[in-house]
Amino acid sequence: MKRVLRDLDLEVEEGGFLLVTGPNGSGKSTLLALLAGLLAPTEGTLDVDLPRGRIGYLAHEPLVYRELTALENLDLYGRLYHVRERRETIGALLERFGLWEARHQRVGSFSRGMQQRLALCRVLLHDPALLLLDEPYSALDESARGLVDELLRETSGGRTVVVASHEPDHVRPLSTSILALA
Amino acid sequence: MTYFADVAALARKDILLELRSRDTLPAMLLFVLSALVVFHFSLPSDASETASTGLLWIALLFTALLGLARAFAAERDQRVLDGLVLAPCDRSAIWLAKSLGVLAFLGLAEAVALPAYALFFQPVGWELVAAIVLADLGLAAVGTLLAAMAAASRARELLLPLLFLPLVIPVVVGGVGATVVDDPGRYLGFLALYDAIFAILSWASFEYVVAE
Repeated sequence: MKRVLRDLDLEVEEGGFLLVTGPNGSGKSTLLALLAGLLAPTEGTLDVDLPRGRIGYLAHEPLVYRELTALENLDLYGRLYHVRERRETIGALLERFGLWEARHQRVGSFSRGMQQRLALCRVLLHDPALLLLDEPYSALDESARGLVDELLRETSGGRTVVVASHEPDHVRPLSTSILALA
Repeated sequence: MTYFADVAALARKDILLELRSRDTLPAMLLFVLSALVVFHFSLPSDASETASTGLLWIALLFTALLGLARAFAAERDQRVLDGLVLAPCDRSAIWLAKSLGVLAFLGLAEAVALPAYALFFQPVGWELVAAIVLADLGLAAVGTLLAAMAAASRARELLLPLLFLPLVIPVVVGGVGATVVDDPGRYLGFLALYDAIFAILSWASFEYVVAE
């Protein structure tokens, strides 16, 4: 078994903004998957003082069904996260991320950038208290990158945010702490 | 009530996915009909009723296996299981919804298979129908749990039959027994007991199967 992270001692304050940087294979994604609860540490302790439903996790994959439409995917997640005013919330997110016109299209027909925008809608749907974003700018064009910048600026100081990125210049000014993995 | 609302949302999604992709059900239907045709021509004309009943159960078992192999295909290929596991719903709701989907597809395959069996071999009695209904519950419950375990493995094509077939031997014993004896009550009771035990075990252990 390959050990990805070792000797890591980390605390993220509520409302803090942690930027995780490092080259490919340094363990950024593993750290976020650990924080999301998808992986368990082989050694040491990990405490995330939030229930599962208060965490929003953006992975490399959008974690949506390709055969379902954007609306159907968000509706499913909205039901599973017990989102109040589900339809209104979904509509507002689709509008915000420029997917309203494509809401009835199957995700399989989406470009990679559209899938990433849908993934961001999924992550924000239940208004999470902890945002874990793994390479949020991946595959996004300039306008969508601007949306992520805007989201992170709005979020800053409210939600707790952990962003893993190998192009950190966008988010460095917002971060309250930086973890550089080697 | 929230639990059953979650199950309903997940089950609806599985049915919708199948209606869109048409991956699983047509394959199950084609397989079970092909198997019955092959058995029809391979059995001697003077073969016993017991032999044809046994072959029907083999056909149904492998049809179920075919459906189970695809049960988590969408979640596996697109890593959506991570998304479902992160949701605050009880993780056993994923198992229950998936089991209901498997049960529905198996029921539809059998709705086509039984008339074909009656045409090729012998009339279908109430004992056979009752045994199949009870067997389906057990096959779906155990099979869905094992399909989730296999989906996480690289050797999933090998792992699923290796785990599934030994665990469902009691289903075959109960199913064939209920169909060929004069008093099927004991065997039907055995199938119901199997269903209850394995449904509870699968329901309770699914959480640990999908958690890392």
